[in-house]
Amino acid sequence: MENHSTANVRQPLILEEKTYHQITEDIAKPIEGKANNLFKVVFTISAILALWGVGCFAYTIGTGIGVWGLNKTVGWAWDITNFVWWVGIGHAGTLISAILLLFRQRWRMSINRSAEAMTIFAVICAALFPVMHMGRVWVAYWVFPLPNQFGSLWANFNSPLLWDVFAISTYFTVSLVFWYTGLIPDFATIRDRQVKPRMRRIYKILSFGWSGSAKQWSRFEEVSLVLAGLSTPLVLSVHTIVSMDFATSVIPGWHTTIFPPYFVAGAIFSGFAMVLTLLIIMRKVLNLEDYITVTHVELMNKIIILTGSIVGVAYLTELFVSWYSGVEYEQYAFLNRATGPYWWSYWSMMTCNVITPQLFWFKKIRTSLIATFIISIFVNIGMWFERFVIIVTSLHRDYLPSSWTMFHPTFVDVGIFIGTIGIFFTFFLLFARTFPVIALSELKTILKSTKENPNPPHH
Amino acid sequence: MSNTKKYWKGIEELKATPEFLQSKNNEFIEDLPVDEFLGNDSIVDTSTNRRDFLKFLGFSVTAASLAACETPVRKAIPYLNKPEEILPGVANFYASTYWDGNDYSGVIVKTREGRPIFIEGNDLCPISNGGSHARIGASVLSLYDSSRYKAPQISGKESDWKSLDSAVSGKLNDIAAGSGAIRILTSTIISPSQKAAVAEFTTKYPTAQVVTYDAISYNAISIANNASFGKAVIPTYDFSKAEVVLGISCDFLANWLSPIEHARQLSSTRKVNVEDKKMSRHLQIESNLSVTGANADKRVVLKPSQIGSAVVSLYNKLTGSSLSTKSLDKKDAIISEIASELNKNKGKALVVCGINDSAIQQVINAINMHLGAYGNSIFLDTPDFTKQGNDAAVMGLVSEMNAGKVDALFIHGVNPVYTLPNGEAFKAALSKVDLSLSFSDRPDETTAVCKYVAPDNHYLESWSDANPRKGVLALGQPTINPLFSTRQSIESLLIWSGNTTNAHDYIAKYWELNFYPSFATLGGFATFWNKSLHDGVVLNNAQIAQDLGTIKITTIPVTEVSAPIADLNSAAALISAASNAKGTEVFVYQKTGIGNGNQANNPWLQELPDPISKVTWDNYVLMNPSEMEDKGFNTINGQVQEADIIDVTIGSNKLTLPVLAQPGLAKGVIGIAVGYGRENVGKTANGIGANAFKFTQFINGTFQSETSGATLSGSVGKYHLAATQTHHTMMGRQIVKEATLEEYKKDNKAGNEDLLLATNLKTIGKDGKAAPKELNLWESFENKNHFWNMSIDLNACFGCGACVVSCTSENNVPVVGKDEVRRSREMHWLRIDRYYSSDMNEEVAEKEGVGAIDKFLKMEIPSANDNVEVVFQPVMCQHCNHAPCETVCPVLATTHSLEGLNQMTYNRCIGTRYCANNCPYKVRRFNWFRYNENAQFDFNMNDDLGKMVLNPDVTVRSRGVMEKCSMCVQRIQAGKLVAKKNSERPKDGAIKTACQKSCPTNAISFGDFNDMNSQVRKTWNNERKYQLLEEVGVQPSVFYLTKIRNKTSKEA
Repeated sequence: MENHSTANVRQPLILEEKTYHQITEDIAKPIEGKANNLFKVVFTISAILALWGVGCFAYTIGTGIGVWGLNKTVGWAWDITNFVWWVGIGHAGTLISAILLLFRQRWRMSINRSAEAMTIFAVICAALFPVMHMGRVWVAYWVFPLPNQFGSLWANFNSPLLWDVFAISTYFTVSLVFWYTGLIPDFATIRDRQVKPRMRRIYKILSFGWSGSAKQWSRFEEVSLVLAGLSTPLVLSVHTIVSMDFATSVIPGWHTTIFPPYFVAGAIFSGFAMVLTLLIIMRKVLNLEDYITVTHVELMNKIIILTGSIVGVAYLTELFVSWYSGVEYEQYAFLNRATGPYWWSYWSMMTCNVITPQLFWFKKIRTSLIATFIISIFVNIGMWFERFVIIVTSLHRDYLPSSWTMFHPTFVDVGIFIGTIGIFFTFFLLFARTFPVIALSELKTILKSTKENPNPPHH
Repeated sequence: MSNTKKYWKGIEELKATPEFLQSKNNEFIEDLPVDEFLGNDSIVDTSTNRRDFLKFLGFSVTAASLAACETPVRKAIPYLNKPEEILPGVANFYASTYWDGNDYSGVIVKTREGRPIFIEGNDLCPISNGGSHARIGASVLSLYDSSRYKAPQISGKESDWKSLDSAVSGKLNDIAAGSGAIRILTSTIISPSQKAAVAEFTTKYPTAQVVTYDAISYNAISIANNASFGKAVIPTYDFSKAEVVLGISCDFLANWLSPIEHARQLSSTRKVNVEDKKMSRHLQIESNLSVTGANADKRVVLKPSQIGSAVVSLYNKLTGSSLSTKSLDKKDAIISEIASELNKNKGKALVVCGINDSAIQQVINAINMHLGAYGNSIFLDTPDFTKQGNDAAVMGLVSEMNAGKVDALFIHGVNPVYTLPNGEAFKAALSKVDLSLSFSDRPDETTAVCKYVAPDNHYLESWSDANPRKGVLALGQPTINPLFSTRQSIESLLIWSGNTTNAHDYIAKYWELNFYPSFATLGGFATFWNKSLHDGVVLNNAQIAQDLGTIKITTIPVTEVSAPIADLNSAAALISAASNAKGTEVFVYQKTGIGNGNQANNPWLQELPDPISKVTWDNYVLMNPSEMEDKGFNTINGQVQEADIIDVTIGSNKLTLPVLAQPGLAKGVIGIAVGYGRENVGKTANGIGANAFKFTQFINGTFQSETSGATLSGSVGKYHLAATQTHHTMMGRQIVKEATLEEYKKDNKAGNEDLLLATNLKTIGKDGKAAPKELNLWESFENKNHFWNMSIDLNACFGCGACVVSCTSENNVPVVGKDEVRRSREMHWLRIDRYYSSDMNEEVAEKEGVGAIDKFLKMEIPSANDNVEVVFQPVMCQHCNHAPCETVCPVLATTHSLEGLNQMTYNRCIGTRYCANNCPYKVRRFNWFRYNENAQFDFNMNDDLGKMVLNPDVTVRSRGVMEKCSMCVQRIQAGKLVAKKNSERPKDGAIKTACQKSCPTNAISFGDFNDMNSQVRKTWNNERKYQLLEEVGVQPSVFYLTKIRNKTSKEA
């Protein structure tokens, strides 16, 4: 046996006997082949939903925020719920590509590309909301500290919303650059395989003239590491800052120091759930079962158990602290969450986020694709409700009972939310048809070791 | 290699056929049908030739470029000759008089560039004393009501004054020639000159007689006074002279008789302070929970049918007599307690009763006589002239009309088709009248059936005088030219009498002849007139206290009047007979905003939440919550569940209305507000609610608001009432702090104990407990120059809502309509929170072992007991000195001023609403839509006329920005400029916010905290002072004084 450093006990990360060429073939197939009918149907639906959402946005801008269900007491509801939900979803990609890279988790290689794509699209969807929820969208650029002629007008650096602006835009930029950097060698591979001149030209531009020289590879590796280093704190900072929108306020149910870690865990939790939702479908549709294996799913499920449990503990801590604080407003805020008019959203959140992920303690469930898929949907729903609970149930009954009221969504609220889901899937489907959905060149680095173990080749 | 390849264009070229060779040299291989085309005549004949085409092109381009131009230019036309007294940008104030047939007040009208924009009380007026009322504050908007008549009407069509005058004069002459009966049905006339004009008219037409009708009648009081004292007058009251006040079904703080005056009088005995810990005791017996009852120290709930018995029983217990009366069962004991309390305070007690029944009023007279109230707090010798209606005469007129005996009917200031219990009968009778004419300045139910309408001016366009009570004489002046082709009724009457003097000259002449002689010592008439006009009221009380001689006008002989009640025994017998109620009892009442409905088309009043129910834009059936539960009706008018609609039937009258739970309402009784169910009045009021005047009745010679025998249906539907407050209890929180007088006597800080937060800071005290103010995250602001603060005395706030209207008027607060209020999107900068007490609290929960969940659920439910307590708390922006809104705005659109104000910069606001979310008081209001020039919000800001009411000093906010109370920063600025011109500091009290100015009880004080002698600084040191939600640490600039209730320890 040749001297090889791979541990014997590890499961192979790529199943079947694959050659380098086969990998290229498998991953380039969706790009080079024709779209099937299923794709067309799904794409059409997504595009229609996206257009509907755009229409609802246009209606909101044209008529006023009043077309949403908000009122004097509840100034944020679905808008910011959706924002936090999408930002949360956008956490998995960078976590997988950056933190797992630093931790040398090589299994991430099959999933990081699509997870990062998901991140980018989720952050785009997320960023729509803080912009769109403004009463005067047309002056949204005032949140930037731009030199101006309006006098000594400047942004307010005390405002967590301003921190959001920087956190989200930084995160988006770094994620995009990281994602794109990884894509360059793969685009070059696609370019080299293209027979159609126009496509070839496009991929030529996209691949920035990558030639695969040793120098380029060395620089590529360096940049990846630097970007991974940059992204890692961002994974933690973005949702920390988002949580500060609430944590720095004076509203009972918002004013909570536990929010930063709790939000970050929740974000990773929801991000992985969304990755699972997407990949379980994608591996089937694009015939990538050999690359995205049950092992991957199981590993991600383990992260879900961990983060889901952190979230569960956070929920219980909140309840304990509200009781222990002795602050009547705080106590009522949490009692009202669980037993007030929005009790159903609280218990939906509890069921979906705390109870269902615990099923992953059973190996049978966490290695079952169907069960995983269903639970991932539950988690997605639960995490949406978590934000709804935090935002709406805290606001609708705060200090003075005279202002207590209810929030009822309108069709525009619903339309915008569904619209962003449409936008997200439209982007993702386009991505799946035009971009290498798995990091080709990276994947090839783990082929040999996984191929040779645990069934040593016959020598 | 040279290129020798040859490419053919086609197979023809290769073959080189002769045809190909021939056609090769042609430009087009195939023949073009040029000749055929050009030879077609029809093409030449088409109407669009080249020139036309160019014309069309030119037109289209021009049209397109015109359409692309900027928004239409609005021209501001400068004065050619600037009126001397008008300085653009500077407000002018004129004293005038408000009188609408029901409410009287001396007012100051603020005008800007010739437009009246704000009404406030006249400080010199002894009745309003500078205070205002919601209906009076809002009256300025009624001026700019686009549904007003723009010209006289003949048979429902617009006409002109010449045709109307000739038609009316002609008819009058015919009728006079035939000795036909002419009747003038009018609201109470308090104007001496108008009375003179009526007298001229009746002289010209001797068959003319006057019938005086008050939609809200007080006739029983004058009948009773006539029987008791031989004086058919309405007395004036002084509540400040009474130490114990008992109100019986009498909303004297918000609606009854002279509410602004009463509120001020009573509040003067309710403002306790450390030096003199005395306050009056206010008892109330009623069926409804009125604004007045809500402020009482002790409330007794009785059915309307029991009130009479209670009055008689009270008399018996006070005097030891034994008039026959029905037992009140358990409530008898409470009546005895009240009697003994009143007896103990003989000479210092006052009983007022709002029931328009002469028998009851006669017993009340006897009670007050016994208590020695006459001459002390009731004054028969300075009677109130504002209610002179004669109910029996009105009913007599209807039967006279029905009999076809009336040839001409002039209707002035009243709307009988709507307000009479038998309005339909009046309508039918009116069709038998040959000449029917209304002076109404706007369409109503009566003008719809009148042949002629001679529209009167609005009071802000009119000259008027008034003698509202003996000893008070007032003048009213126009503050704007008539907006439409309208004419003062006094002028119309004079013209038809053959006198063409205009109103001003007529009034001036009248004053010169009748009033000036008493004031001749003051100088010439011009001096007297100018001074009177400037002041609005004539102040020299000694002289006008003499009877100025009311003009006798020929009134209709009353035929149907019941014989005067001989003595108390027969009164008691009448009361006893009337107390046999069957079925559900009904009372109708006035809401503070809409009143009798004459200003129903005023959107400010429609959107003003009822002080008690907090419902806007509707009337409804009030019912006790426990009774509603028995009937299966929804008792929670909230955002979750809609109210049930029921049919209420009495005889042939049926009203279909939603039913609302009203804690503190008698069981077996329902209440419905009048003023709704208007028809033909304009877009704002049409079709809202139902007309409850149908449930009033004419009984014992007077119109009465109480009736019985109603049958209620089950729920026939669901309706979403638009309420600004849907939760009604304080949930055990320290929001309105209160104590009893006894506790306060023992401890200056009763109910207002220092709030200390536990900390682990060893530097603060020995136990680490700190006041919230000591725990700061932020640097304190230095307010070196001014530091504007406001204090609100919760003992003086009766919740009437005058401030809310005043704020709306001053600050251009948009009206959003019923649907938006349903969505909790009202825009009021100032709201009055109203909380009921709950049967559940911490102690009860502990005693009964109720768990936390149940405890809070039960806390949400207002007490179903009779003794439910009510508190009012005005809440506006608290101008926090560590404002949570300021830190969260990403663009610094809300900032702190150097004078301690929390400022909102609309232009900078991008509308994230973060500030509103982070406001613990929820006082910030967001412009969800564009509320001006938007057909979706078709109120005053959507039409050019209605926009004239806008205050030019205050920006009209655009869509997408946040707004809130600015503490009337424009008034502060104006006051500072005045002071600066005089080279002095603004004097305390010189700057008044709009809410403060309108408050009839002076519950609000505002001023500079840095001025050691200011009222607000002194109030700060009052031990009753507390800040709302002090524990949040936002350090508000607004603070409250605890509510003190004068309850005995037994009641507490």
